[in-house]
Amino acid sequence: MVKERGLTMVGISSYGAYLPYYRLNRDQISSAWGTRSRGGERTVANFDEDSITMAVEAGLDCIRDVVDRNDIDGLFFASTTAPYKEKQASTLIAAAMDLKREILTRDFTGTLRAGMVAFSSALEAATIGSAQNILVIASDCRLGFPKSDDEQLFGDGAGALLIGKSGVIATVEASCSISDEIVDVWRKDRDFFVHSWEDRWVRQFGYMKNMKEVISLLFGKTGLRPSDLSKVLLYSPDGRSQNALAKELGFNIQKQVGDPLISHVGNTGTASPLLLLVSALEEGHKDNLILLVGYGDGADASVLRITGEVEGKKDRRGVKVHLLSKRFLSSYEKYLAFRDIVPTEPVAPFSVDSASTMMWRDRNWVLRFHGSQCHKCGMVTFPIQRICYGCRSKDDFDEVRLSDRKAKIFTFSLDYLPGLPDPPVIQVILELDGQTRIYCTMIDCDPRNVKIGMSVEMTFRRLREARGFYHYYWKCRPVRGEK
Amino acid sequence: MESIKDKVALVGMGCTKFGENWEQDLGDMIIEAVYEAMEDAGIDIKAIQAAWFGCDRSTGTGIPGGAHLADALKVGKIPITRVEAACSTGHEALRNASFAVACGMYDIVLVVGAEKLKDTGFGGLGIGRGRHPVSEIYRTAPGTFAFIATRYFHTYDLTIEEGKTILAKIAVKNHHNGSLCPKAYLRREITVDDALNAPMVAWPLGLYDCCGNADGASAAILCGKDLARKFRDDPIYIKGVGLSVDAMSPMFRPGFDWLGFEVTHDAALQAYSQAGIKDPRREINLASVHDCFTITELINYEDLGLSIRGRASKDVDSGFFSLEGELPVNTDGGLKAFGHPIGASGLRMTYEIYKQLQGKCGPRQVKNPERGLAHTLGGPPQVSCVVILGNSLG
Repeated sequence: MVKERGLTMVGISSYGAYLPYYRLNRDQISSAWGTRSRGGERTVANFDEDSITMAVEAGLDCIRDVVDRNDIDGLFFASTTAPYKEKQASTLIAAAMDLKREILTRDFTGTLRAGMVAFSSALEAATIGSAQNILVIASDCRLGFPKSDDEQLFGDGAGALLIGKSGVIATVEASCSISDEIVDVWRKDRDFFVHSWEDRWVRQFGYMKNMKEVISLLFGKTGLRPSDLSKVLLYSPDGRSQNALAKELGFNIQKQVGDPLISHVGNTGTASPLLLLVSALEEGHKDNLILLVGYGDGADASVLRITGEVEGKKDRRGVKVHLLSKRFLSSYEKYLAFRDIVPTEPVAPFSVDSASTMMWRDRNWVLRFHGSQCHKCGMVTFPIQRICYGCRSKDDFDEVRLSDRKAKIFTFSLDYLPGLPDPPVIQVILELDGQTRIYCTMIDCDPRNVKIGMSVEMTFRRLREARGFYHYYWKCRPVRGEK
Repeated sequence: MESIKDKVALVGMGCTKFGENWEQDLGDMIIEAVYEAMEDAGIDIKAIQAAWFGCDRSTGTGIPGGAHLADALKVGKIPITRVEAACSTGHEALRNASFAVACGMYDIVLVVGAEKLKDTGFGGLGIGRGRHPVSEIYRTAPGTFAFIATRYFHTYDLTIEEGKTILAKIAVKNHHNGSLCPKAYLRREITVDDALNAPMVAWPLGLYDCCGNADGASAAILCGKDLARKFRDDPIYIKGVGLSVDAMSPMFRPGFDWLGFEVTHDAALQAYSQAGIKDPRREINLASVHDCFTITELINYEDLGLSIRGRASKDVDSGFFSLEGELPVNTDGGLKAFGHPIGASGLRMTYEIYKQLQGKCGPRQVKNPERGLAHTLGGPPQVSCVVILGNSLG
């Protein structure tokens, strides 16, 4: 099915990305098992991260200083590793991003090319006017069998694109989609790890066949030739197959094929095509023509043209900043504990129970991280207080979003008691504007670097499971990408 | 407002050994403490007209708190009030009982503080505080008081080594005092080096900066001033009680400086005012202060007005608060060496002051004390109680 879209009105108006702070050197993995290392390093989501928390990060990177949150009326989320099978992820992401409730929330799942599916769907929705500004976020946290190549090759991450009409930095000139019923790489509802069939068959009859077919179809319809393209962004399962594919199709590997990010990130599943696109936009210029191809149960291909507006949007953290901001996990075993692959000794349980009604009642400060600002005396407190601590005014305040504010560490401790997978827990009291105080924990930080006065930002994380559901809340971290 | 001064007397007290009382449950410890108190007062259980039962978290579900006391002691159908105020529980039970006696409602009442912490299966008070499912889910007691240590060292220009050494000296003092006290949990002396080299619990606090969870019970028998001499020649009089509760948890309280707790200061002012004390550093002869952590004892000195703000470390260095010093603090080892069964601690402190004021403390006896102070601090902390006792009227 080939669709040509000559519409240049709707396109990508911003981009964002998120890569976890932690890395695992692939040698660390292979030496645990005595297998061959695939070289390089992979991103590892922290023990409190999942596809939803990473999506929030990528989404916030995408919209920062670009659009008023109240103007976002669509949030499309793509993942094969959503934490819930029944409960929408995009509603939770939208709440954490403090978006309005009059919004199209749509989850896309079930295939590695779900990111491309969500992207096309957003373009279509914006074109017919179902929404004006749609945030598309693809995020994955897939698990390969311990000891497998997949375990080494996978990486955790998220990519985000804002689809809209104003400030468009890239338009989609043409798209092509093919469907293929093949059980080459899959995960059933009850499976923890991703399965795949024999590697050579998967490579040849899954990946190469479908990728070649969709690209050829697209070239046939548009009349494009390989040399017309500035950048060729091909989903890659392993960091090598995309080059074999490119060679067969007549692309110049050195000049055109975008780094599939396997060597320093890994195969990020649904996020992969979006992250490749973000990388290309970070380096791209006016009139660059981009081929973007995603794989999974067939393949999706798009041709994009970058506009001059891209120069004004290069201040995202994107892939670049996140690539450089990293810390290596001290051991492979930590990764096994982070992902609950290996059970560890039970410690003192959490003393505080929970209720869904409590989490729901408090959602404005728990998820949206709102404090209250008193109309009478101006005092800002967190959490929201009905009776002002400063002047005792009752129910006379504005809710204020604090999740996008920078704070300073007022005091801290390195706590070895909580039996979390990566001790110590960095306990902090944050100070905002000299007066407001917030207790929380700090993550993604070398404990030796913690100091009073350190500047931090908030990050959305999954704290625990209780009463059968996941509890999300906020922590802080050193400002990512800042020295 | 009225003063409690000289209206209520303690005529009997009891206290179990504190520690890992594996072979005793809550009822066993209640019996032991209460029977010692009754023997001390020379009364029978039938004389008790009302009781206050301080217990923070060791009662079951679906049973009225007072039933624990009634069940254990087989008291008749007297009024029993269960009291909870976190670590100030024992004191709060004492405070409320004293009001009932002072107003003439009852002649003889019983106060019990008891806690059974060692059935949880792990050391410490667990992870997570507060009412909310996520906002304080990782918070621990040591982590919270470590906030004070970090901020105190920073504010008063102490290097980590200097600060930790001050704290170590407090731990050494309390372990020394505990070694002289047969009912204390930990009775081994330690050195400053032991404390400095101990494993970290919540940096900068290490193992010897943290008091241990323990089981224990303590009991007191109260009566009005005019009845006191019927029971003994050396009744101990309540001179002042103060209680203060903060409006907001320090975790989220705007402007909180993490250098001290207003509730301690407020409770102390109430108690000093009732007791007629103008210069506590000179007029108080001994004190039991809430040393859940060594840093807490340090700031308690300042919050109680016993040391100048920011200068408590000088008093530690000079030995002002040691057993041989001018104002011995935690003469029985404090929470540090005696242990901290939450509901019992306030009354254990009272027991020590009571015995010291009666001259019955042997090798750890303070010379001729007249006024003693007991202080507890509880919750995030968000509550504090100060009790002042004296061994003479006026």
